[in-house]
Amino acid sequence: MASVLVNVPKRAKRGDIVEIRALTSHIMEPGYRRTAAGEVIPRNIITSFACRYNGREIFCADLFPAIAANPYLSFFTTASESGTIEFEWIGDNGFSQTASAAITVE
Amino acid sequence: MRRTSAIVAALLIVAAQTYAADIPQRQRRSGYSFMAPDTKAMQDDDTANPGMLWVLDGEALWNQRIGAADKACSDCHGDAKASMKGVAARYPAFDKALGRPVDLEQRINLCRTERQQGTALDYESHDLLALTAFITHQSRGMPIAPATDPQLAPFLEKGHELFTQRQGQLNLACANCHDDNWDKHLAGSAITQGQPTGYPMYRLEWQTLGSLQRRLRSCMTGIRARAFSYGAPELVELELYLMSRAAGMPIETPAVRP
Repeated sequence: MASVLVNVPKRAKRGDIVEIRALTSHIMEPGYRRTAAGEVIPRNIITSFACRYNGREIFCADLFPAIAANPYLSFFTTASESGTIEFEWIGDNGFSQTASAAITVE
Repeated sequence: MRRTSAIVAALLIVAAQTYAADIPQRQRRSGYSFMAPDTKAMQDDDTANPGMLWVLDGEALWNQRIGAADKACSDCHGDAKASMKGVAARYPAFDKALGRPVDLEQRINLCRTERQQGTALDYESHDLLALTAFITHQSRGMPIAPATDPQLAPFLEKGHELFTQRQGQLNLACANCHDDNWDKHLAGSAITQGQPTGYPMYRLEWQTLGSLQRRLRSCMTGIRARAFSYGAPELVELELYLMSRAAGMPIETPAVRP
């Protein structure tokens, strides 16, 4: 039951710099830990994140084992046109999560 | 000799009462007030607070039918925003059938097994934390108002005894840190008052949400005592005492703590 919290301002003036925040639920198991029996717990992390503004990529990130569980990313963009902002997380074991939010630019 | 020991005993009782005294209302401080600005900001913003992920999942579970009765929480309790408002603020509450107090997690499981005729959830399982967080979140901002049921009195007293009883290899009671030294530091960390205002809460150290019982068990391990098992009556009694000790403080669930 993965869930996501994204925060995009609903409205902005053209040319405004807006903050976008994305939080997703993920265990981010680094692959270095062992169970009490000594077996390695296999790595299970998000490996990449991308954010697209009306289809154009405005931010992307590679994630690594040292990043904490439930990664939270915050970044800025210039509000240029109304439309949708899409988010995509990809990870180990076929993990894939998407979200989107609408923005109105006046 | 007998008189001396009587005086010593009397002094010990006075000392015990002084140490055991609750922190006065005006001096009660949430763990929030001991935190760094960054961690406070994380708790304050619902889109940055990872605990909100569990609250969202809990909302989905609230409306999900389970068990042989094929009922969801919402089929009996309706909209949690109205029906669950203030409920967590008065838990643990006395359960007449069991004849002892139950905490919110146990109440959820009683509902699941008896009303929904389904399976109980394990302590610290994702679903139980999510439901508890969702229900407690409905009371956010409301003052803790412990149940006034007179039948709770002996359990409250036991909780208070446990709080002030030295235990473990380090021979410390909860009160030694959280009543006597809450304005000081233990190494780099602030010693807080141990007020249960934000449970279940997201601990950065745990990298996940955790219950008050998990926190209590961690403390017991920390003083090298044998921790009570999850759901043990002693832990519920401690929870009961902690909630009465925090009466009037606003609920913050889901809180973020370092």
